Amino acid sequence: MTFADFIVTNAPALVVAIPLFAAFTIPAIGKISAAARNLWVMGAMLLTAAVAFILAFRVFSTGTVIYVFGAAATHLAVPLDSGGIPIRIIFTVDAMSAFMDIICAIVGTAVLLYSLSSESKNTSLEGYYALFLLMIAGVFGMVSTGDFFNFFVFLEILSLASAGLIAYRIDGGLAVEAALKYFILSTLGAIFVLFAIGIYYGQYDALNIAMIAQRMQFTMLDKIALVLLVAALAMKCGAVPLHFWTPDAYSMAPSSVTAFLVVASQASLYGLFRVVFTMYNITMNCVTVGWIIIMFGVLSMVVGVTMAIPQKDIKRLMAYHAVSQTGYMLLGVGVGLAVLGNAALTSAFGFTAMEGGIFHIFNHAMYKGLLFLTAGAIIYRIGTRDLNKMGGLGHSMKYTMIFFIIGALAIAGIPPFNGFASKLMIYESVYLFNPLLAIIAMVVSILTLASFVKVFHSVFMGPKLPEYADVKEAPLPMLIGMGILAAIVILFGLFPQPVVDMLVAPAAHALADQGGYIASVLGGA
Amino acid sequence: MLWNLPFITVVVLTFIGIVTVLMKRNLIKILLGINILESAVNLFLVSLGYREGGVAPIFTLAPSELMVLPTPQALTLTSIVIGVATSALVLSFAMVLKKKYGTVDINEIRRLKE
Repeated sequence: MTFADFIVTNAPALVVAIPLFAAFTIPAIGKISAAARNLWVMGAMLLTAAVAFILAFRVFSTGTVIYVFGAAATHLAVPLDSGGIPIRIIFTVDAMSAFMDIICAIVGTAVLLYSLSSESKNTSLEGYYALFLLMIAGVFGMVSTGDFFNFFVFLEILSLASAGLIAYRIDGGLAVEAALKYFILSTLGAIFVLFAIGIYYGQYDALNIAMIAQRMQFTMLDKIALVLLVAALAMKCGAVPLHFWTPDAYSMAPSSVTAFLVVASQASLYGLFRVVFTMYNITMNCVTVGWIIIMFGVLSMVVGVTMAIPQKDIKRLMAYHAVSQTGYMLLGVGVGLAVLGNAALTSAFGFTAMEGGIFHIFNHAMYKGLLFLTAGAIIYRIGTRDLNKMGGLGHSMKYTMIFFIIGALAIAGIPPFNGFASKLMIYESVYLFNPLLAIIAMVVSILTLASFVKVFHSVFMGPKLPEYADVKEAPLPMLIGMGILAAIVILFGLFPQPVVDMLVAPAAHALADQGGYIASVLGGA
Repeated sequence: MLWNLPFITVVVLTFIGIVTVLMKRNLIKILLGINILESAVNLFLVSLGYREGGVAPIFTLAPSELMVLPTPQALTLTSIVIGVATSALVLSFAMVLKKKYGTVDINEIRRLKE
């Protein structure tokens, strides 16, 4: 077996193993020199991203990839002597998982590149990078795993690493306060998830998602488990009314961490969709659960944007917008779920709504990551996060301003940026489902634009302020990190159709196709 | 009735844990509430795995081929380890907050603006 074969065969395990290995060796590498450490971190991230792209390419070209840990052959999901039960830990990477892998790989690379200079003035960077790589391993694990207990473990790895990073720059205790809020809620959520896992195991003797899905009876206990899971995962992705940790955690974390926390929240969103679509699908009352998710979405959109408008802290404002944008994804996918039982409606607009919601996950990760990185660059250069104290930075930080404009227009859904492509899909399909919801979504977009015009005006416009006379452009690695995300925002905005056809539509179909997911693990049995 | 005793204990422990987390204001006590909740989940998992007269899955010592599947025990061990990490992190947060704010009362740990 050649080296290339080894990489391709073991790709699902390697996307988790490489960052884990790199994370735990950083303290030793860091003893050599700072340059060696940076090289090690970037090398690990680029390798992980390359493996993730190889894996995604394989999934999109040949279908779902199964990886069985410890088996004689990696595709042997059900051992012959086990009585038809997949007893090993299985990674099931379908198109939806591969889609999330791509997001994590792109944002992870851009953000780590950015960190190289944004964090270079700080001390104890070994711990910072170690936790960062643990976060990346956590996200890859959550989106790849086909085992529900494994999902819980990666969820906890992700929460622990995120909480550590939010609190990393103690900031007079403020950052620790934000991290504490986030972490207590995450832990409670994780306990709920573990209770749900216990309920499934007690009823179905299985931890494998495909096995649970196949045996799903939708008893009273399953309803309790569904409530526990939806509550916990909606809280982790920052949907209103469980959003109160989001602004604190997003605003107090270092900017590069915030940009990746967006992806971490979306991994929980992925978990929520996996539960409702793959595990329950049409055994439950899709209309009711779909409407619950739609209500989460509408509340998040409206409350997020109205809370964002009066904010004076630039990152806090953007954090509320993140809550608001999560609402669009919940709305799109919720509409897809609500009509799932009805084939005619699903083909009329249900799939378009799901595709819009899923495409928005990708777009949001790109433009929101970009916006948080520009905010980080501004804070890095001028040392304040108060919008009232900023002004006239357009004279000195031209590239940052251009990146900010790109991100702000994308989040407001202005063509030709990527936010427009996904929002248009959501508007069109949701209008057919319920016109009122589509109108709310459009109004929220307008308010988002208004809010970002205000930010743009107070940060970049106006005469050059004397206290910022010697402010320079952000350093090159930060600009490259932002540039990667900005390029994708423009590219995907100009050519949305190939992306939708190649990546988003397979992901939406994989999510809706419960039978296909089960068959890929249990072999059609 | 006696069969259900572990599960009744789980419900009681869950209730105590949730009430502690929601009602107490001292950070250390909130952490203890979380620990009680974790114990409840662990007890739930172990009770699910218990089989009357079951044989422990140790191949060299087992009298018969029919053994208990040790998955719930493995889950519980993992969950305990995660619980330890959680407690350690929350306690270290409590230490920093005590140093910076001079209190571990969550009603006074409110410097982040709304």
